Amino acid sequence: MAKEIIVVAEILKGNISDITYEMLGVGRKLADSLKKPLFACVAGTDGSTLAKTLGAADKVLLVENPAFAVPSSDASTSLLVEIIKQREPALVLIGGTNIGTGVGIILSLRTGLPHINFSKDIQSENGKIVVTSQLFGGKILAEVEVPAGGAIVSVVPGALPLEAGKSTRTPEIEKLTVPASESKIVFKQFIEPETGDVDITKQDVLISVGRGIENDSNLELADELAKLLGGAVCGSRPAIDQGWLPLSRQVGKSGMMVKPKLYLALGISGAPEHVEGMKNSGLIISINKDPNAPIFGISHYGVCADLLDVVPAFIDEIKARKGGG
Amino acid sequence: MQIFVLLKMVPDVVEELVIDKDGKSLDEELVRFKLNEPDEHALEEAVLLKEKYGGSITVMALDAPDVDDALYLALAKGANQAFRISGECKGWQTPVVANLFTSFLSSHCGPLTNETVVLTGSQAIDDIEGELGACISEMLKLPYISVVTRLSVDGGTKSATVLKEFSGGLRGEFTVPLPAVIGIQSASKPPRYVPVAKVNAAKKTAKIESVSLPAPNIKSALLLRKMFTPAATGKAEMLEGSPKDISARLIEIITQRGIL
Repeated sequence: MAKEIIVVAEILKGNISDITYEMLGVGRKLADSLKKPLFACVAGTDGSTLAKTLGAADKVLLVENPAFAVPSSDASTSLLVEIIKQREPALVLIGGTNIGTGVGIILSLRTGLPHINFSKDIQSENGKIVVTSQLFGGKILAEVEVPAGGAIVSVVPGALPLEAGKSTRTPEIEKLTVPASESKIVFKQFIEPETGDVDITKQDVLISVGRGIENDSNLELADELAKLLGGAVCGSRPAIDQGWLPLSRQVGKSGMMVKPKLYLALGISGAPEHVEGMKNSGLIISINKDPNAPIFGISHYGVCADLLDVVPAFIDEIKARKGGG
Repeated sequence: MQIFVLLKMVPDVVEELVIDKDGKSLDEELVRFKLNEPDEHALEEAVLLKEKYGGSITVMALDAPDVDDALYLALAKGANQAFRISGECKGWQTPVVANLFTSFLSSHCGPLTNETVVLTGSQAIDDIEGELGACISEMLKLPYISVVTRLSVDGGTKSATVLKEFSGGLRGEFTVPLPAVIGIQSASKPPRYVPVAKVNAAKKTAKIESVSLPAPNIKSALLLRKMFTPAATGKAEMLEGSPKDISARLIEIITQRGIL
């Protein structure tokens, strides 16, 4: 019988990432309902200090070894294989973040436990653990059962409440000694974000463009709207990848987390990676041609239309309003 | 340099996705397929590498509707060889898909030397069992790094230097000995546009080689109960009418919130 639920704490540049608390929150609920212990696993150099913030767990498994402090999935994968083999957990939760990319499936191949990716929720159901994953850019959900022998689950960042995983309690700490296997991948340095002309995290109004803007000449519309509303233009991944906007304007998983008063999404489908970066905005208005675009699910107001029809009319109305005083 | 690019077709999410009668997959008759977007970037990075360091590009994809279009496009962009691999599997069954690719690499591509890179997109929208590149690296016992947005190769040390994205714009620089599997998130430049005439020319002069492989000896361990369309949260109030009507309503909304 598989035993505890293990949350793998994610540490980036010496800080515990939010996803850790999101996983602890859901892990705590599951552990209570299944009457299993909840463990957090912390590895690196400053683990004993960081472990104190993980009181939502019953116990913290602490591995103090500088080899695990590097942000390379190589090192953490070999560590987790050892821990899974020793413990036989009921569930291992890892962050579905850029750091965690690839860890789950490799663990699965090495331990024989299935890996369930893109998880947005985990529930207990008559003693079983059931995972809901989002597929196809959030357009389809899949319900997957965790077998009795356990599973590895990668959790989508931003999908679960953060506060549920925070606690002022001091957890018990168990120190583990796990030797690091040699990593072929060598971490050289961090490269800090390019500072652009505008800090999009500090704007009250963001006009955000996605693939639906079609080409960079249509960016003028977004620029004009941003000027009229006193904000800045940002974008989802496709707008950055196409070279329409600089990296400093990217919102989402790899980019910035923004929380403006108004987030106007133009031609953005609302893939989970994008939503992660903007879902806490004060007012979200989305314009998209696809009536089933997931962005409408997290918007306050939606317009199902061609943005190239609506935005020029919107600009004219604002100008008329401003001109009319 | 020897560059392998592993391509995967995925459902185009701009179209409506219909669940199959079995309740556990999409109705592939009704789904339009397109090349997985990060794979387009993997292909572009391969072409950039070839332009910079020379060598050859071999692209491969599992058989799927419209896969030939993607392979001919790759040939038109600069791939030297294209393979269409037939085998029984669903796109989301990562270990099964990876097994087919690794069987092909082992049986048709000779030893992977220290002048070889294997590129994939860093992830796909149907990766419910995990990322293909990671799975292949484990099966081939090669190093793997993903979410890569810059890639250069050092012919002297036989290694690659990559930039991997984290979050908030933070990136990390890593070196990886070759051969390695590298998951590309974004190519160093936007994927190039190829005129239709050039793709048509590729169709006349180049050939897609078809390979049949025996069914993989592994099964998906995933206990998938069902797939379903998320219930509309009903959160967004949808605004309707002419662009002028909608604009007037938008102005009302943002004025009430003190934004205008």
